[in-house]
Parts: sequence; C-alpha cells; structure tokens
Amino acid sequence: MKAARPPRWYADPARLGLAALAVSAAAFFLLPLYVMAITSLKPMEEIRLGHLFSWPTQLTLDAWHAAWISACTGVACDGVRGGFWNSVSIVLPSTLIAITLGALNGYALAYWRARGAALLFGLLMIGAFIPVQVLMFPLVRMLGPLHLVGSLAGIVLVHVIFSMPIMTLIFRNHFAALPRELFLAARLDGAGFLRIFVLLMLPLSVPMLVVAAIMQATGVWNDYILGLVFAGREHLPMTVQLNNLVNTTTGTKLYNVDMAATLLTSLVPLAIYVISGRWFVRGIAAGAVRG
Amino acid sequence: MNKPAASPAAARRAPNPAHLALLPMALTALVVYLGSMLWSLRISMSSSRSLPMQDFVGLAQYQRLFANERWLHSLHNLALYTPLFIAASLVVGFLLAVLVDRQARAGGLLRAVFLYPYALSFIATGLIWQWLLNPELGIQQAVHGWGFAGFRFDWLVDQDRVIYTLVIATVWQGAGLVMAILLAGLRAIDADILRAARLDGVPAWRIHVSIVIPMLGFSFATAALLLLTAAVKLYDAVIAMTQGGPGTASEVPAKFIMDHLFGRANIALASAGATIMVLTAVALLAPLLYARRRALRASR
Repeated sequence: MKAARPPRWYADPARLGLAALAVSAAAFFLLPLYVMAITSLKPMEEIRLGHLFSWPTQLTLDAWHAAWISACTGVACDGVRGGFWNSVSIVLPSTLIAITLGALNGYALAYWRARGAALLFGLLMIGAFIPVQVLMFPLVRMLGPLHLVGSLAGIVLVHVIFSMPIMTLIFRNHFAALPRELFLAARLDGAGFLRIFVLLMLPLSVPMLVVAAIMQATGVWNDYILGLVFAGREHLPMTVQLNNLVNTTTGTKLYNVDMAATLLTSLVPLAIYVISGRWFVRGIAAGAVRG
Repeated sequence: MNKPAASPAAARRAPNPAHLALLPMALTALVVYLGSMLWSLRISMSSSRSLPMQDFVGLAQYQRLFANERWLHSLHNLALYTPLFIAASLVVGFLLAVLVDRQARAGGLLRAVFLYPYALSFIATGLIWQWLLNPELGIQQAVHGWGFAGFRFDWLVDQDRVIYTLVIATVWQGAGLVMAILLAGLRAIDADILRAARLDGVPAWRIHVSIVIPMLGFSFATAALLLLTAAVKLYDAVIAMTQGGPGTASEVPAKFIMDHLFGRANIALASAGATIMVLTAVALLAPLLYARRRALRASR
C-alpha cells in the first residue's frame, strides 16, 4: 500500500502558522539593525520628519564620514577611528595572552599534579561570578603604583585577569576530554611539561583555540567598563568613545552620526560572528558548562 | 580532576613545572579575586572618602548605605529588572529554539538572525534602543505618522516605566544566547521519545510542555545562571541607554558603586555596596547552582 504523501507545507495550517511566527520573530530581531542602518544613511532633515522605518529618500554617506573622521567624542573631534585602532591594539594582545595562559592552565590542571591547584581553580571559578565593580577599586590601587593604570599594558593585563576563569575552564574541560593515554605515552618517551604542551597538546587543540579566540576577541572588543577605568585617555577603546560621542555631545544631536558610529563599532564583532558562524555557537556551549 | 602525574619520582627531583605554569593563575585567584574582595570588605568598614583609611567604624557605612535613597532605589530597580529579564529571556529564548528546531530548511538562517544581537556590545545595544524608543523621533512618532495619533510609547522618559525599556533591550540582546543553549539541549533529547509521543497522538504543544521542557531542566538552569550573572552586573546598557535617568529612575547597584568610587569619591560607601552586591549574587546563585547540579544528576 502506498503511504499517504505528507501535505505540502503551505497546505498545513500548523506549519504555516509556525512559518509566519518565525518570519515575524526574525523581523523583530532584524528591525533594530535595519533602523540603525537606514538612520545612518539619512540626512538630518529627513530624520526630523519622524519616519523611523521608511527607506531614505536621499542616501548619503556623510554621517559615516563624520562618525569616522570628525565627530566629537568628548574634548577631541576626530571621530571614532582613534578608538578603532585603540581597540585593535587592546584586543590582539589580550586575546593572544589570554588563550595562551588559559590553555597552559587547563593543561596543567588536567594532567599535572600541583599542590593546591584544585583549591585555586575553585577560587577562580567563584571569581567568575563576582561583578567587576567589586574588584575595581582594589585593582586600581594595586596597579597604580606599578604605573599600569591608564596604559596599554594595564588594560591588557586587566582583560587577561578577568577572562582567566572562563579561559581556564574551557581548556581544562577540553584537555580532560582527550584520551589520557596520549599524555602517558609522551611521558614514557621522556617528554617534559612544555614539550608535551607545545608539540602534542596545542596541535590537538586548534579548534578549541579558535573558539576561545573568537570568544575572547568579541568579549574584549565589546568591553566598556574596564576600558573606561584602566585604558587611560591615550588608549580609550571604541566602545567608550562611542558612548562619549552619543551621550555627551553638546548642541544638536546628530542621530545619523550616532547610528553610523554605533554600526562602525559593531562591525568587528558582527564580522567575527558572521564569519565564524558555528564556531561562535561552540564558544557559547563551551562557556556554558561552568559550575 | 587532579590525577596522579605519570612519574611522581621525576616530579620530586626537579621543580614542578606545573607549579611554575600555574603561577599566574595562583596570583590571579589569590591576589586579585580573594585579595581584592577582602580589601573591599576592609575598606567598607572604614571611614574612607577618596583615599583608603585605616580606621574601623564597624558597620556604620552599611547603615548609611541602607539609609541612602539612591541605593535603595537602585536595589529596588535591580529586584524589578532581574526576574523580568530572566523570565522574558527564558520564555523568548525557548520559543525561538522551538522555532529554529522546527524549521528544517531555514533553521540555520533563523538561528543566525536570533543570535546576532548577542555579538553586539551592551553599549551598542543601549544606543540602538535609545534611538528606537526616542519619544520625539522613534517608534512612537513613526506610529503617529501612520495615523494613530493617540499611540503612546514614551517609556524611556517615563520614571515608572524606564526600567522596562532596559528589559526590552537586554532581552533582545540575550534571548539568542538562551536559544543557543536550549537548542543544544533540544538536539540531545532522544528523538524516539518524541516520535512515540507523536504516534500516540499527543499534540505538539503538549509534547513541548510535558516532555521537552522538563527534559531541558539542566539547559534552563545553565541559561538562568548566565542571565543572573549578567543581570547583577547590569551597567553598560544603563550607561548607554538612560545614564540612570530620567532623574534616578533607572539607577542600578553597579552604577551606584562606580559613581561613588570615581565620581563622588566615597570609596567606603561604594565598597559597602560592593559587599552587598557580592552577598546578593551568592545568595541568588547558590540555589541555582544547586538546582542545576540536581537537574544534571536527574538527566543521567
């Protein structure tokens, strides 16, 4: 007997309803991005008409130009481009150092006996739940005498410190899941701590290193509060400049410039997100297995 | 976790390289996390203003803190925000996960659309929604333009409703995270159980309510844990979206602490607030961590 053919999706009201729901949900999530984009492309005269959702009658890139080159971010009026490069110079070392240390910690914790390591790791995991504001002042007082507050080295160090719990955790879980025989065989061959780490463990961890790098780069780029306190005037990250641009400008508000600057600041994490795709989701999964 | 090293004899001879490797972690855990916490606690029991003082005033700062209108208002706001944010994120995130799961063809694309706000900073999120909710030129005005002159959506400048705008913006940003976590949980559910239920003629909504949601206990607890941690830290989004206003209507504890540390130079009061914040976080997180452990055990 021939099986009844399942109804076409458009003939099935339940599936049709679900599809409609999916489309409206997608529209709701995309709407802010759409409004941001079209606002950044409108001249101010058109924005003042109050048609938030309508396509620009007059497309212009002036706001993008101003946001990048000449908008005021506090005292200085040279756009957010300085912040862009500051953020790049903060993100690169913060990511490299944080994932190296995280991998090293995870490897040492998973394979080597070290006295008190379990206790320290537990402490670090509790630290992951402590709001940064709580540690802010003591950290400023500790780093101040070392001339690390208001410097590139200082902000990088602070990022490495605050990402250490999560980086250590994901690498410890990663290494603990590898077959232990690999490690034991290398030990029998006489390889030591660093040799095993560099020649055996790191090559086995390339996917995890990529996932960790994606997480860390996105997190550091999107940071505001640490940059505000520790980066200093010379190295203010793009998020801080963006907030200054939008929230502390005197005179008329230029909403198109605001939105262009917001988009510019979001381009890097959005690019990471779009390019990395499934890897980004893997990072969420790896970061979620805490506690 | 700490299995015996391959060769204890060799480890005893040379200085343990693992100790050396774990030194940065030890310093971070002991000096930064533990040390800062204790230091913060100590300062909160002194009369420090802009510089740390060595005197001891007991719990006087805590008394001042809980007599402080702005602090009480901040706590009240957080108490209102946190359950709303977590509940809304979980509900929306679950619905999104089901939607993505049921769309065989467009699932990947939908997932990407629902998750992209999570890649954005809280600053960008706050600024986007500040613009959308701008009462003069934002959504309210656009709807007026469509002929609904009586339409009101000015929560951003409404002292009693501004906190809900923070919920809207942060749920938009974080619901995708919940979706991603729940999707992983959904995919791990044995398809045979669902198929059997469907063959028995159980309607789809009933399958989700009675079978899927209970089986996702661990995923829900994990998501709630991440959301709760984020809620207690709530700061950037407030700075970008409302700066605590209008007036002090959207002040939150994290902002109170930052303002008193750096703006108002009252570090003892700020540290007392910080201690309360940690205690609150612990009190809320501990039962959640416990529930999550139990859910994990139940699912095994």
